[in-house]
Amino acid sequence: MKKLLIALLFTFVSTSAYAGGHSPCGVTDGSIKILANEFTTYRIFMDEVKSCAGPDADFSVTHSVDHNKLQVAALSANPAEFSAKLVTNGSITTLMNDNLIRPLDDLVAKYGSALQDNQKIVIDGKIYAVAFMANAQHLWYRESILNDLGIAVPSTYEEVIAAAEKIKASGKMANPYAGAFKSGWNLGQEFVNMYLGHGGDFFKAGTAEVSVNNAKGVAALNMLKRLTEVSNPDFLTQDTNAVKEEWESGNVALMHIWNSGAASLLDDEGDQAIKADTRLAPSPSVGGGSKPATTLWWDGFGIATNTSDENAEASFRALLGAATSTEMANANPNATIWLIDGYSPGDTAGPVVDAANRGATPYPSLPYMSLLHGALSTELVEFLQGNESAEKALADVEAAYVAKATEQGFL
Amino acid sequence: MPHRTFFWFFFPSGLAMLLFIGLPIISSFFQSLHIEPEQILMEVEKCDPFGCKTETKVDIEATTKLQEEQPLGRFNGLGTYVDRNHLAFDEIKEAWTNSSSIPEFTDILLNLPFYKALLFTLTFCFAVTPPVVVLGFIVALSVNTITKSLKGPTIFGVILPMIVTPLIGSLVLFWMIDAKGILGSFIQFLFDDPNLSLKSSSQLTWITLIIYGIWHNTPFAFVVFYAALQTVPQDPIEAAIIDGASRYERVRHIVIPHLYPVATFIILICLMDNFRVLEPIIGFAAEGVAQSLSWMIYNDLRSENKMLFGSAGATSMLTIIGVAILLTPVLIRTWREFRTER
Repeated sequence: MKKLLIALLFTFVSTSAYAGGHSPCGVTDGSIKILANEFTTYRIFMDEVKSCAGPDADFSVTHSVDHNKLQVAALSANPAEFSAKLVTNGSITTLMNDNLIRPLDDLVAKYGSALQDNQKIVIDGKIYAVAFMANAQHLWYRESILNDLGIAVPSTYEEVIAAAEKIKASGKMANPYAGAFKSGWNLGQEFVNMYLGHGGDFFKAGTAEVSVNNAKGVAALNMLKRLTEVSNPDFLTQDTNAVKEEWESGNVALMHIWNSGAASLLDDEGDQAIKADTRLAPSPSVGGGSKPATTLWWDGFGIATNTSDENAEASFRALLGAATSTEMANANPNATIWLIDGYSPGDTAGPVVDAANRGATPYPSLPYMSLLHGALSTELVEFLQGNESAEKALADVEAAYVAKATEQGFL
Repeated sequence: MPHRTFFWFFFPSGLAMLLFIGLPIISSFFQSLHIEPEQILMEVEKCDPFGCKTETKVDIEATTKLQEEQPLGRFNGLGTYVDRNHLAFDEIKEAWTNSSSIPEFTDILLNLPFYKALLFTLTFCFAVTPPVVVLGFIVALSVNTITKSLKGPTIFGVILPMIVTPLIGSLVLFWMIDAKGILGSFIQFLFDDPNLSLKSSSQLTWITLIIYGIWHNTPFAFVVFYAALQTVPQDPIEAAIIDGASRYERVRHIVIPHLYPVATFIILICLMDNFRVLEPIIGFAAEGVAQSLSWMIYNDLRSENKMLFGSAGATSMLTIIGVAILLTPVLIRTWREFRTER
């Protein structure tokens, strides 16, 4: 009850303006309203933004796993519901398509001297976003379980399946593998990883014409199918947060999820025996390829076009304060890979750096990629349930994409 | 009532209906005839933490100019209605000529998003409505006979499923039927199958959704039946008791005929409500295996890209037509009864 009261109080404090005190980031007026995804690293980042904005600022942040679905509607309104949005290389294109985030060159010139060059997301010569972290999905494993059964850390998906089957056969766990297969964005992302791992291209070069119904697509789908066979039968309802819960309950020995998951998977809450046994490994390659089957992501912030210059400046300064905070980065070295100057990476950074070195592709920043991702999200379910062939599922994906892309004016 | 009085009596609600129901429908219809203007693409250099490369981007200036010229978008006629994501006439024609048997054709048909959604929507409607009417009636009869002091709390308990917000109700049940939840593990114990999971197969998910639908809708039928039970005339009942009619005979020959019009009303409302099923699908995370027409509209408006207003508008129109077709038999029947009564 006391905790609840404190939480309630905290909500009130965080959403209302308070008199007295001053802002470490020099925010004087304007309101800061931010839309962001929901995971621990973003919470850490937002705490820093909040303290940077100071107690005087009119500050609020909305964390939602549905942030990508809310962003267009929320930022299209004028004035927009939010003054800033945390973006990634996946979500920025949607906002760029509709001109919903503004160029930041003036603000960067005025305040951004502490920014590193690789934090600036430059599109056609203009800065549209400021990145603060890099992320990727990679393998996680339970060391004691692999050691007990004499299994080497898998470096390909074929080995992941062999390892999972061995664990299953030993009777230690019924469903030793987990991935975020929830129908929707997560499922689409699993296919994106696996297809890129097989060396596939989503579109015919330079056009919006889709091409996933090919041998690589079929191989990617078959691999996903084999992974789901060693996963919890409820896999279609499990997103990243549900997978993390499975891990913390000790039901899973191998999983492929985000590097930023370390912030909650390795903290001091929950079963410490499992946490001490949790190890990170590079993302596996697949089908004899050399590239890991994963995508590289950056996370940053953009400022809404449809907000006043005053709000834009206040939001930019507060967010910039956190995006250049060496202190925050070094206080939480394992929360993610910060792109901030002066940050010394923690021991969890390895797999992402490894993925970049082995040539993993960044998630495609194409204006029509989210339409394809949406089509993948819904059309692959029947295949994974065994009701449809891989070719049929991929043909459905292409057809669903074509119908949507035509309506959107891309084809 | 003179026509003039009736007109002024009806005018405020008629105006409100026109403004808040009529106009939005007309506006959705117009929107459904249009698609987004063409997107003009350009190649630009993009630099991010992983390096610089040339990539495609929407030419904002040129596209905005096009948008300003055609704020509604490009006129597409009924194009959106017949595309693959809706009625899919071309695909059906192709399937008809290419498939060798009816089951094969049905397979292809039910693989198209609109027909897949329609199948679930209709199954849900027709699987939920009859049990709701029967259960609601039985519950109402039982509650009607218990002593006065217990009635209040019992009624509250019975209508609880209706009070709980559908999304919350389904979320609560979703966690209860989880393999480690109280209902989920009980079912595993019951069937002696440790791998049984209600979320894993489409059939079990459909059954779960339908049971949820019955649970959620029964209170509505109960409330209406219970109110109607209070109007059952006591004289014929007393006469029947004197004549030695059993409780079953009294219900069968006096109560049911009296409640008949009420049952029609409940069926009407239930069909209409269940045709618009959405929340349980979201709550049970069943999007993958069970899609309804409302879910298609929701998905169009919450896709990660721009909102597909045209597509959502078209599905809305088709839903309205669907509801109209569904209700026609019941409405015709009511109209005939109305005529004969006069």
